[in-house]
Amino acid sequence: MKSQSKIRFRTAAGILALSSALVLSACGSDDNSDSGDDNAKGGDKSSAAAGGDIKCGGGGELLASGASSQDNAVQQWVADYQAACSDVTVNYKPVGSGAGIEEFLNGQTAFAGSDSALEPEEVEKSKEVCSGGQGINLPMVGGPVAIAYHVEGVDELVLDAETLANVFNGEIGKWNDEAIAKLNPDAELPDTKIQPVHRSDESGTTENFTAYLNTVVKDAWPHEADKKWPIEGGQAATGSAGVSSQVKQTDGAISYMEISHAESNDLTTVKLDTGAAEPVEATVENASAAIAAGKRVGEAPDMALELDYATKVDGAYPITLVTYEVACDKGNKPESLDAVKSFLGYTASEAGQQSIVDVGYAPLPAEMAAEVVKTVDSLS
Amino acid sequence: MTAPPTDIETPAPPPSQVLLSNGKGSTRRGDKVFSGLSKGSGITLLLIMAAIAAFLAYRASIALADNEGNFLTTFEWDANSIPPKFGIAVLAFGTVVSSIVAMVIAVPIAVGIALFITHYAPRRLAAPIAYVIDLLAAVPSIVYGLWGALFLVPHLVGTYEWLDRYLGWTVVLSFDGTAPRSLMTAGILLAVMILPIITNVSREVFAQTPRLQEEAALALGATRWEVIRMTVLPFGRSGVISASMLGLGRALGETMAVATVLSPSALLSAEILQAGGGTFAQNIAASFGESGQFGRDALIASGLVLFVITLLVNGAARLIIARRKEYSGANA
Repeated sequence: MKSQSKIRFRTAAGILALSSALVLSACGSDDNSDSGDDNAKGGDKSSAAAGGDIKCGGGGELLASGASSQDNAVQQWVADYQAACSDVTVNYKPVGSGAGIEEFLNGQTAFAGSDSALEPEEVEKSKEVCSGGQGINLPMVGGPVAIAYHVEGVDELVLDAETLANVFNGEIGKWNDEAIAKLNPDAELPDTKIQPVHRSDESGTTENFTAYLNTVVKDAWPHEADKKWPIEGGQAATGSAGVSSQVKQTDGAISYMEISHAESNDLTTVKLDTGAAEPVEATVENASAAIAAGKRVGEAPDMALELDYATKVDGAYPITLVTYEVACDKGNKPESLDAVKSFLGYTASEAGQQSIVDVGYAPLPAEMAAEVVKTVDSLS
Repeated sequence: MTAPPTDIETPAPPPSQVLLSNGKGSTRRGDKVFSGLSKGSGITLLLIMAAIAAFLAYRASIALADNEGNFLTTFEWDANSIPPKFGIAVLAFGTVVSSIVAMVIAVPIAVGIALFITHYAPRRLAAPIAYVIDLLAAVPSIVYGLWGALFLVPHLVGTYEWLDRYLGWTVVLSFDGTAPRSLMTAGILLAVMILPIITNVSREVFAQTPRLQEEAALALGATRWEVIRMTVLPFGRSGVISASMLGLGRALGETMAVATVLSPSALLSAEILQAGGGTFAQNIAASFGESGQFGRDALIASGLVLFVITLLVNGAARLIIARRKEYSGANA
């Protein structure tokens, strides 16, 4: 009996040691948990600074769901907001844009987060849930889609849209290809195989990236913009976290992801030769510049935007994602209306927009943000 | 998880039917309560299975009604596009191939370990090895997945390149040097994961080989290997088969480890060293988060197919064991 319990104890200790070693080694290369910590710290700081900016309103639970790409930003806002307004509990579920809009249209949530503006048929359907009004798009968060790569010995890389398309469609197979060498005369490019990694799940990031390639270099990239990666075969991974860790551990890999994932994994990103004076880096500021260069296509009060992917404006990074909050212009549910106005009013405010810079999102240009605040104010 | 290894020596005592064989005579209350309870448990199990099957079938039928593709032969899984088009060809292929790879690797090794523990290893060594095997069963599958993705994938490149150099002409084993997040790698990982269950069950069975048979073989002048071949293996065969089927069941349904290692694609390719492919469980795990109501129903339809495959595998195992029953006391 005695020896048996001793052995059991040893087994348990062994399990503990083995699994903790595995977990530790796993954490070493996938540091996304860090950004979570940053969230919490940032939240404390900015809520203290922004306390006066938050106008509390309503009460109870505010339900929302949608795009996972804006999840980190929304969590940051929720932390700020709840520190000031304890009457409202904001609950945002990152279920994906499609599912988020579906839940909004079914009346399950007060607003939805989405990577793309409502389709005409979705607007039509929204008239059922918004009695007397319809769903409108409020641009709220921007973010650059960074092209991150991992090539030993190459710390800086410039690519243009055409080379990028040829890298991702397999036309260019080696890192020392002439097309890449021409754009990077100073770099020592190795004879490594290029391994493009794409998202295996449906994603607004993929849609944005393929929209950029399809708009700017149609000949090299004839595939229509789609949430699903259009080319069969090649390396794939699930989620931004998946592709970024794949790039991290594979020499010769390149992929597209939200900037926060590239940063948390310490990946170097490609500078885009857009035709501007200098190649443009994927940064939050450059993304804001691209949003400012976009034009509004939604009719007031709708604020849907169209970005100019082919922009040559200096310092405007064209592969930029704008995500929206979708709410009713009129006919919001009375029990949640005040909370929606109060929460979205804060997120579009100057303090709200500044608070998400730390977590890798681009703030809206000031004029646009002011317009969003006005629109949110007029919701009824 | 597995039976404690201490009862190796004692074969299960025969059920004491003799005492209760008069059936009607013993009508004490305790008897009634206990038979009611055990009957209830049996019925509950059947009800749960029926409820799962009914739920899967109902949701699956919703999705299948609107499928634009052929559910059995379509490669893509575009359940959320309009119109939806999805099929299980790639998933079924990947599930079967990765499981076969796992079985081919795991079964011989597991039988070898089991024989070593029961018949070759000195007692001092046998016990620690058995515990290490038990440890393998205690590691969560996501941890296996991380180990596979972070360690196994980069370290298999060399082996695969070697395979490609000598066996690349078979197409099946050709390899181009890109990260091998492939069905083969998933199969190797699955082999490690199903090793403990096959080893443990085989070990229990081998240990029950009648001592008299073994001694008789020795008395006839058999070497140790001949003893194993003549008495232990025939006696344990059906046990090893059922152990393998338990392992196969786990390999077929393994989700997180495969999803972490595999690079999903909608290509059905015989080049099993190359990145790509998919399995039922992996596809469900990877697609569920971003699926709408319809997409989920479609995933449930694929789950139903896995359910049926697993039932068939278990049924086949039962048949084999039933046919070989006379050789073995292990499954009586």
